[in-house]
Formats: sequence, C-alpha cells, structure tokens
Amino acid sequence: MHSNDVSRFAWGALRGYPTRTLLMLVAMAIGVAAVVVLTALGEGARRYVVGEFTSLGSNLIIVLPGRSETAGVNPSTFMGETPRDLTLADAQALTRNRNVERIAPLNVGAADISWQGRQREVTIIGTNHDMLAVRNWELGLGEFLPDTDLELASPVCVIGSTIRDELFGARRAIGEWVRIGDRRFRVIGVLASEGRSIGVDVQETVLIPVASAQQLFNTPSLFRILVEVKSRDAITQVQQFIIRTLRERHQGEEDVTVITQDAVLATFDRIFSALTYAMGGMAAISLLVAGILIMNVMLVAISQRTSEIGLLKALGAAPQQIVILFLSEALLLSVLGASLGLLLGQLATGVLRQVFPALPAQAPLWAVIMALLVAVVTGVLFSLLPARRAARLDPVLALSRR
Amino acid sequence: MIEFREVNRDFQVGDQVVHALDTINLNIAAGEYASIMGPSGSGKSTLLNLIGLLDRATAGHYLLNGEDVTTLSDTQQAQTRNQQIGFVFQAFHLVPRLTAAGNVELPLILAGMPVEERRERVAQTLEALNLTDRAHHKPEQLSGGQRQRVAIARATVTEPKVLLADEPTGNLDHRSGRDVVEILEGLNRRGITLLVVTHDAELGERARRRILMRDGRIESDTGPDSERHAQQ
Ligand SMILES: Nc1ncnc2c1ncn2[C@@H]1O[C@H](COP(=O)(O)OP(=O)(O)OP(=O)(O)O)[C@@H](O)[C@H]1O
Ligand SMILES: [Mg+2]
Repeated sequence: MHSNDVSRFAWGALRGYPTRTLLMLVAMAIGVAAVVVLTALGEGARRYVVGEFTSLGSNLIIVLPGRSETAGVNPSTFMGETPRDLTLADAQALTRNRNVERIAPLNVGAADISWQGRQREVTIIGTNHDMLAVRNWELGLGEFLPDTDLELASPVCVIGSTIRDELFGARRAIGEWVRIGDRRFRVIGVLASEGRSIGVDVQETVLIPVASAQQLFNTPSLFRILVEVKSRDAITQVQQFIIRTLRERHQGEEDVTVITQDAVLATFDRIFSALTYAMGGMAAISLLVAGILIMNVMLVAISQRTSEIGLLKALGAAPQQIVILFLSEALLLSVLGASLGLLLGQLATGVLRQVFPALPAQAPLWAVIMALLVAVVTGVLFSLLPARRAARLDPVLALSRR
Repeated sequence: MIEFREVNRDFQVGDQVVHALDTINLNIAAGEYASIMGPSGSGKSTLLNLIGLLDRATAGHYLLNGEDVTTLSDTQQAQTRNQQIGFVFQAFHLVPRLTAAGNVELPLILAGMPVEERRERVAQTLEALNLTDRAHHKPEQLSGGQRQRVAIARATVTEPKVLLADEPTGNLDHRSGRDVVEILEGLNRRGITLLVVTHDAELGERARRRILMRDGRIESDTGPDSERHAQQ
C-alpha cells in the first residue's frame, strides 16, 4: 500500500462517519486547547510578576531586619519578624560605599488621613527623597519629599492620585494641610497615575519623610532599606559590604537579611514555572481522557465496520495492513484534533490578552509542542489495541455478521 | 490447480464438535467450472472459504498450484488471496462510502499498484462489465444486479486464477441473476477457474462439473472434468 492511498482511505473512513469523527475531534481539541490556555495563563502570570520586579529598578538590594536562612524569599521575609531594629543610622551607614548610588529607608504603617471633614484610612510610607528614583516612580504634580537629613521630620507629604481624588476631588491639593493620625502635613506633591508596584497600589498611599513616620508610629526601627547599586557587577560586592557594615554596627551579630533582586526574581520565576508545568500536566490529563475516548470509539467503529474488515481481508489485506489503515485513521484524527485545539487555544489566549492586557498570556513553546505530541501519541497508542483487534478478526465470521 | 487431501474442518460449539468438512478429497483443474450444491449446513460455504484461504483446515493439506498453502503465514495467505483468488458474495459486500470505481480499486491498492496503472485497470474492468457510466456512483445508487457486477469487477480486477462465488444470485431477481451467471460463465470461458455455490438447481445444472455435498462430505461429483480426474 502507498502512503497516500492509506491516508485517502483513512480520510474517506473518517468522513463516512461524521458524528463519530466530530466527537473525537472535539475531545482532542478540548484537551489541546486546555493545555495551551492554562499554560498561557501560568506563563502570563510569571511574566507579569517578573515584569513588576524588573520595574523596581534593576540594581536593587533590599535589606530587612531579621535573619532568614535562604537568600531568596521565605515566609519570615513577609512576616517581618524583628529581632533587632534596623535604624536610620544603619541606613545612613550604608551610603558610605562608592558603589552605592542611593538608598531609600522604608517605614510602613496605616493611619487615618483627613481633610475638611473627609477621612479615610491609608497606607503610610515613610521614606526619603531618593525613593522616587529608586522605585522609578513619576511625580504628577508639585515636588517629591525634600532632600534633607534623614533625621529631619518635616511635616510634608506626597499623596497618590487616588487619595487626591478622594480627598480633594477637583480642587487643588498642593499646599493644603491634611491631618494624618494626630499630626498635620502639607501636601507638596501628587504621584503620577502609572505607578504600580507589587502588593501595594502606590496611588492608595501617602508618602512622608521617614523620620516623621517614625514619630507617627512611635518606632525607631525601619521596615526595609532599599539600596541601589551603581552597576550590576558591583551587586555582590555591595551585598558583602552591607552585611559587614551591619554586623559591625550590631555587635558582631548577623541579624539582617539581604536580598538581591536577582534572587527574588529567580524564586518567583521558579514558583511560576512550576505552576505552569502543573497546569500543563493537569490539562494533559484531559488528553489522556481524549485518548481513552478514542479507544472506545475506535472499538465501536470496528464492530460497526466488521464486514468491511472481513471484506478487506477477503481482498487480500494482511493483518499488518489492517493495523496500518486503522492507526492512520487515528493518526489523522489526532493530528486534525490537535491542530484544531491549537487554533482554539491560541484564539482563546488572544481573547484573554484583549480582556486582561496587563497579563501577557502566551503559551510557552514547550507546552504547545508537548500538547501536540501527547495528543498524537495518545491518539495512536490508544488505537493500537482496537487496530490489533481488527487485524485479528476472523474474516469468515466478519463477513457473515451484518 | 486446487487439491484437497483429507481435509477436515471442525468447529467447536460449546462442548460439541461440528464436523463442517469431513475428510474431503478434491481436485479442481485450472479453467474448470464447477457448482457446489447441497442442503443448508452441508459445508458448501466452509469448503469455499477454505479454497479461498479465508479459513484454515483443522487437518489435511491444501495444495494450490502444487504448493502446500496450509502452512503459509497469515500474511502470505493474504498475499496469495490478493493475487490469485477473487470472491463474489451473496451480500455483495461493497464499501458504502466508496464509489463503484473506488470499490473495484481496493484490491489493487492493497497490492500496492501505482495510481496510473491502477486507474487504467479499473476503467478496463468496469468497461468489460458495462459499468463505465456507473463508475462514480455509490453502491446505494446502484441496483442489485449492478452492485453484483461491481463486486465481480472487484473480484477480477487483479486477474486472479480462481473465482469463488457463494450464492452470487441469492439476493437478485431472476433476470439480474441470469445476467450475473452469464458474466461469470463468460469469465470462465476466457480461462478463469469458476466455483459457484448455489441452492438454485437450474443454475447448478449449467456447470460442467457438479459437486453435491451432504453433512460435510462430497456425496457426488459428476461431470466430464471430475471423470477425467477420477481416471487419472
Ligand atoms: N464459525 C462456525 N462456528 C460453528 N459452526 C460453524 C461455523 N461455521 C459453520 N459452522 C457449521 O458448519 C456447518 C457447515 O456450515 P456451512 O456454512 O459451510 O454450510 P452451507 O452449506 O454453506 O449452508 P448454507 O446453504 O445454509 O449456506 C454447519 O453445521 C454450520 O453450523
Ligand atoms: Mg453457505
């Protein structure tokens, strides 16, 4: 038999039983589309998070109080256990390295903000002038926190655009005095509306000088120190400098955690890759289901086409040829179903990208290849048994059955 | 060309053994025309299936052209069937989704014949059976007589040496049956060995050699060819 004769015969047989063919195509297509869409979502989430981290600024080192065992992210990183305070003096000390471009100390808390009777609770970030550059934020109106001594608690604040809208509406905010907690602050700037960063919506926050925040929350300690390094190559050197400096300042105890952005990124990358694999794997199970469906439908097909098989044998088809004919049907079906599924999956992914532009959903190439491969391999594997059974049919019985 | 030596075919039905063929000795020469008759269940179809290599003997030997084909593998038997034997069935057994030409083409596809050669052969065979204008019709669009003619075309397109017909007129009216018989006899006159199983006495009488079966045995075997063999 020539291969194009085989495929023509297989195609004819598939078209001869349209309902059955459609059913199997749909099962296969759904399986493949599921793999494509789910891995696209996982990959989209990964890219989103990685993108957010990258927007932090590329040469960033984060210092937080408390020792954590790994360099990456672990629960205590977020819980913020504080065995020993990280102080403004510590932050100041970290500027004394020629590879440190700038630092931004960070204090975070919640407080009520009010203006002319309007009031709401907001996240207060105590920081310094350099924070704007460290986080690549943009200022919409006015000016950012002044470049003064870190210890100076000036009564000024910069507010997010959402806060501005809620408190002031259409009225002018710059120059107005607001009440935060039990203190008064003058609004000197409004952040531009693009600024977003992981976890917090900056537009929902109010920035005040770090010393003011320490007074407001009545704490001498810092939540974080962000250190921007001059160049990527210097990161390790600065990291060691920070650990050494703080150990000296903390009576020889190494009680801080120093995270480089690379480490954080790598951790998130791993988490989301694992998630994508898991989703791909789960979706692949639906392909297995499709495979079992194909096996069942093939078995039914063979009992439907018993007399045809008997006839082919009478005309001189060898067992091997019968196997090839039925496997070709399965192969054709799998390839068509998988292609259809790929198309559907990409279409659905495209729609997802339209609806959620922030999430760069895109099935990774490995997932697409895997889905197609698994589809075709299961399709053919699960048809092996039915095809063998067809080949073993007794032609006399097959021909006498109607 | 067909030689059966002490051939038995038993079927196990539950704990009983049915002797469908009981020690058959038979010689059929190339170009013969023989009818096989006998009551229902006497083993006519079983004999034809064994000759056509669709079935295997329980015991005994079958020599086709002097070669013992009982020991051939399934694949070798399939090849022999493809090249040397043509079948015509009572129920036609056309593949419904294929056209007349598509059905006739099947054995050539299985043989791996190139497309051009194949098309030509199919066209010639359909022409010989007066089916050229029906080449692109599906079986459901054909009359019973036409369907059986397509089946004959399919059985002869490989130019086999033996044509086996199991009740070829069983599903046809008298006229179409007569046509089919005349076609088969015409093929025999041009050299093919023709074996026809039938219940129709009139049809059976037309054969030069008449084999009568009963209970898995050959009860009588009459005609010029069988006598010639008997003398040998
Ligand atoms: N696959 C089978 N299993 C069991 N018994 C069988 C099988 N095939 C045939 N037989 C038995 O073998 C005997 C001969 O059957 P066969 O079909 O050859 O008869 P036949 O002469 O062709 O009859 P009919 O004229 O009705 O077609 C019968 O008794 C039948 O029941
Ligand atoms: Mg019979």
